[in-house]
Amino acid sequence: MTASSRTVRVGSSHGLHARPAKLFAQAAKESGLPVTIAKDSGKAVNAASILSVIALGIDFGDHVVISAEGENAESVLDTLTELLTTDHDEDA
Amino acid sequence: MSILRGVGIGQGVATGPVVRMAEALPAPEKTASTVGADAERTRAREAVAAVAAELQQRADAAGGAAQEVLEAQAMIAEDPTLQDEVDNRIDEGSTAEWAVHDAFAGFRATLEAVGGYLGERAADLDDIAQRVLARLRGVAAPGVPDPGHPFVLVARDLAPADTALLKLDQVLALITTDGGPTSHTAILAREKGIVAIVGAAGAADLADGQTVVVDAAAGTVNDSPSDAEVASVAERIAARAAEDSAPPAPGALADGTAISLLANLGKPADAADAVARGAEGVGLFRTEFLFLSASQAPTIEQQRGSYIELLSAFEGKKVVVRLLDAGADKPLAFLNDAHEENPALGLRGLRALRASEDILREQLTALAEADAATKADLWVMAPMVTTVEETAYFTALAKEYGLKTAGVMVEVPASALLADRVLQHADFASIGTNDLTQYTMAADRLLGSVASFQDPWHPAVLRLVREVGAAGASLGKPVGICGEAAADPLLALVLVGLGATSLSMAPAALADVRRSLAAHTLDDARRMAEAALAADDAASARAAAQELTSR
Repeated sequence: MTASSRTVRVGSSHGLHARPAKLFAQAAKESGLPVTIAKDSGKAVNAASILSVIALGIDFGDHVVISAEGENAESVLDTLTELLTTDHDEDA
Repeated sequence: MSILRGVGIGQGVATGPVVRMAEALPAPEKTASTVGADAERTRAREAVAAVAAELQQRADAAGGAAQEVLEAQAMIAEDPTLQDEVDNRIDEGSTAEWAVHDAFAGFRATLEAVGGYLGERAADLDDIAQRVLARLRGVAAPGVPDPGHPFVLVARDLAPADTALLKLDQVLALITTDGGPTSHTAILAREKGIVAIVGAAGAADLADGQTVVVDAAAGTVNDSPSDAEVASVAERIAARAAEDSAPPAPGALADGTAISLLANLGKPADAADAVARGAEGVGLFRTEFLFLSASQAPTIEQQRGSYIELLSAFEGKKVVVRLLDAGADKPLAFLNDAHEENPALGLRGLRALRASEDILREQLTALAEADAATKADLWVMAPMVTTVEETAYFTALAKEYGLKTAGVMVEVPASALLADRVLQHADFASIGTNDLTQYTMAADRLLGSVASFQDPWHPAVLRLVREVGAAGASLGKPVGICGEAAADPLLALVLVGLGATSLSMAPAALADVRRSLAAHTLDDARRMAEAALAADDAASARAAAQELTSR
């Protein structure tokens, strides 16, 4: 079993709330792999759970650790990293 | 049959089938399951899946920004962590109802603890939890109905969150059992021109599907109309529609006294509708729309473009533009980001503009340039002016930019009481009745618990309007009204009787106010004003004025 993780700095100017949180949780769910997200060294939660993601209260510039387990773990993390570093609030 | 009574909003009439707005469900009791954990889990799963599917369906139908919000709600309903929480409670022997209720409440508390923006989202969770509970119990989900056909909505009262979701083109009429003529429902009805009866306690007994006749002019609901009555309503509706589609005449009293009827507008795109409804110009153009979405002020060029678009729609007509009004209910970070204990009494209106004079100067520059490029009669006014000195400051500054007509908004008792001196320095005054009422009655207009104080019919407010009207008359300066009050056909007469020379309102309200003016003389209006001023409170002021209309 391959488990990978990486640390990402959040690029959404309003943090990981509402719309960005939804996009992120949706992508995590659609990956089909178990994915977790943690704020700094905090407790890791299910990344496919929009409520858990929102409840982390992640703001712009916070560092988060995302981890995935499975065959495509690296490419899933690539996609999620891309999502986390994009500013989704710019066009909102 | 019976006739239910309430306060009618406007002069319209409507008929159609009743659809009741379902009330919030009571919280479930914590009782032990009688069907076992497996059955409860299945029930919970099915209810959650059905609610998520319904929300997703509504999301697909909604499109735009609403789609994102509804999709997020669908995801929340099916959230895997929430599912685990629900399962844990069911495994401990609780019912699906209690498990759902308690699991949602847990997440709600978490979000509230995070606070700020997330705290506000906590209410979304309640809505989703209520939907799942309703599904589990097999009852209608609380909230705004969407039956798929035109209907008469019966509700206890409507909150802004409800009306935002309401498909207004399907609403034939609104009936509320609670709430008065200044409730959110009444304001919405006036603004959108919807037939409404508010505070009709007897409407609590109306049933879904029952045909009713709603007569706002009479303030009545007929709960079992005959076929003939329904037919005569259809005739009245057709007659009103024909009248409304005829080219509207300028506003005037029965004796010929001209009272300009103007539109309140929030963006240039709304100008065409206002013109079609016979607006003789714009009495209040709010410039906030240019600023609200921006974390910094728009450029002079951006502003100029919007003002030109607006002014071009009103060639040869009066357009009163209010300078940026950052206020308690619409804070703008670049103007005032200090936390204030009492924002309504803080750095807002002209006070805030003066503290950021570069923004004020840029806005005046853009307005002067737009004025030079168009043929409308541009008037500018400052929001929330309190003192004579502020008046002189603003009008001098406006003249510096070549703007011919500069006035002030009277929203504070201080400037109403000194109107004779304020108007020495201003070309006109425009009374914002909403804020004038809030400051006169010392009642926050956004606070539900003191909403009963927020009534522009209160004689204390009317006395202040009289001060301004009298000052305008003796100095020969126009006095306009641009608050909610001008849209009330009866109160409009009283305001004219107190000296208002123009009335500005949501375009949908113009037709009823025009009719009301045309049916009364200036002497009638003055008598009504006197009767209202002599009353002890808002309700008796309204009753006293109403009494005189029937003579």
